[in-house]
Amino acid sequence: MRAMLKGIAASDGTVCGQVYRLVEPDLTVQRRTITHLDNELNRFHQALEAAVSDIETIKTRATKNLGADSAQVFSAHIAMLQDPELKMAVEHEITTQHVNAEAAVSKVAHDYEQSLKALKDNPYMQERITDLHDVIKRVTAKLLNVTLPDLALVNHPVIVVTHDLIPSDTVSVNPCYILGFVTDLGGRTSHSSILARSLNIPAVVGTQTATQELTEGSTIILNGDRGQVIVGPSQEELATAQQEMQDRTENLERLAKLQHHETTSQDGVGVTLAANIGTPSDMPNILRNGAEAVGLMRTEFLYMDTDHLPSEDQQFAAYKEVVTAMAPHPVVIRTLDIGGDKPLPYLKQKPEANPFMGARAIRRSLTHQEAFRSQLRALLRASAFGQLRIMFPMIATLDEFRQAKAIYDDERSKLTVNQVPLGDVKVGMMVEVPAAALLADRFAQEVDFMSIGTNDLIGYTMAADRTNQDVGYLYQPYHPAILRLVNRVITAGHNAGIPVAMCGEMAGDPIAVPLLLGMGLDEFSMGAGSILKTRELIGKLNAHDLQSLVETALNSASTSQEVITMVQAAVPGILN
Amino acid sequence: MEKREFHITAETGIHARPATLLVQSASKFNSEVSLQYQDKSVNLKSIMGVMSLGVGQNAEITITADGDDEADAMAAVAETLKKEGLSD
Repeated sequence: MRAMLKGIAASDGTVCGQVYRLVEPDLTVQRRTITHLDNELNRFHQALEAAVSDIETIKTRATKNLGADSAQVFSAHIAMLQDPELKMAVEHEITTQHVNAEAAVSKVAHDYEQSLKALKDNPYMQERITDLHDVIKRVTAKLLNVTLPDLALVNHPVIVVTHDLIPSDTVSVNPCYILGFVTDLGGRTSHSSILARSLNIPAVVGTQTATQELTEGSTIILNGDRGQVIVGPSQEELATAQQEMQDRTENLERLAKLQHHETTSQDGVGVTLAANIGTPSDMPNILRNGAEAVGLMRTEFLYMDTDHLPSEDQQFAAYKEVVTAMAPHPVVIRTLDIGGDKPLPYLKQKPEANPFMGARAIRRSLTHQEAFRSQLRALLRASAFGQLRIMFPMIATLDEFRQAKAIYDDERSKLTVNQVPLGDVKVGMMVEVPAAALLADRFAQEVDFMSIGTNDLIGYTMAADRTNQDVGYLYQPYHPAILRLVNRVITAGHNAGIPVAMCGEMAGDPIAVPLLLGMGLDEFSMGAGSILKTRELIGKLNAHDLQSLVETALNSASTSQEVITMVQAAVPGILN
Repeated sequence: MEKREFHITAETGIHARPATLLVQSASKFNSEVSLQYQDKSVNLKSIMGVMSLGVGQNAEITITADGDDEADAMAAVAETLKKEGLSD
């Protein structure tokens, strides 16, 4: 039966392949009376061993992808499965109550959960309960003989179908086996989409119903350019899709030749193509994709999937790794951007009615200086190993920048007194609050560089939450209002003699690139998957000629659609 | 039987990572190793037991080891406590 599923085009490319459902199976446990007790105890012991073996596999992959520290949680999971008291309690339940192993396991898990919940004041307990649920789920799945899907356990090429990818899923991704992603939720800028683009994997997100409609092992065609999934495709469609897959491979091979090339327009204007990264483990991928710098390193990964603030040494090691790998080219590291929208259990943040406009990023850093100062010290120490640039997020007023800079200067002078080796560091700001974009000429007098964070700048300018599908249409990077703000920042930077970068999704967007090049943007920072395509595109563009396109778009366009039409007329075949 | 008291200095108390390491080091020995906090005592080879105590900063805990390798077990546990920055 042929059917079509529509979603949001999140990452380019067409693939066909078999569905792998990353969807939790039904783990409902029925209580039964058991007569063969030895048999039941055996079943329990085998399930424990099988669960440990699965977690060992996941741990190995997580260690490889994220480092030993991040894989630590799996050691805790293994220790829980090997807990002698837990094992005895389950055995006791089976032999005295004559119940099946799965019922005994859930009874014992329930008792432990109650005793953990009794420790009300302990902020880490909720995470321990989550860990307990994780391991109990795994044992129960083994006992029920159902597969608990996990990307780390995938060992052949598949298209992953899931409700939504969460950061911890992606820990274990082996890109060789993942042909594409289809999700129920999400938009172009959600986590799944960004991940798919950085890995060059086609993806369709926001289909609403993919996990209900796509069955395990069925063959589908995923079209990441059109945001379509074809279920039960015809022979002709499969042949076309295979041809497209082959073309795509050839395309990627052609682009790969540009890996070590400089980025220069047809008329000889040079720009820097940089990469946005989330962890040090992204470095090999961005270098393979020809990144000339790191334009945005997010530091939130250090604070997530853990139950305490990272130590200064732990942060230093991560920053040093990136700065060293990129040297002698620069690395821009953004200080902690965390707040009510990404709550961390151990920070005890107050719930906010409007977290996107709440105490996040630099606002929180200025009121919770201990964590901020420790991050700055770690960054300063890492500066000795390459070209480091520190960027403060969510700056709205000059006063905020001055305060943050004063704290930086204070930590720097303390380290200098202690004769800690330091490098030359530039300190700049992310322009993502419209007020800062409007006042960019004043900021440009005091900062070393500016980087335009378009994801949030567009969100705040259009007053629309990009993760809310009902208002997703307002995420309009080519809207004349956005273009005017971007142009204003670039002009202000150049008038003051400082470089201007862009580190949002827009920097790698083929419609936006000609406009940004025409405006004179110095650095384009994007997901690794867009770098080579953008390098090829810029090589075909004439930066000087594009200035008139920019003027027309800024002065006489009223809508996004008009801008798109103007760009397509000025640069024919741009969306080939 | 070996018996020692420790003062927990770590701000986060005995959280998941050090709990796992403590259990791993205790489990290497034949001796029975237990952890006593306030009026409760648990098997130090049981991570669920250790976590259910919710040992926080400034807690006074007592560790006992009883068996043929009790001295080595105590030394290993004390070493882990120190190395993980839990206690002095």
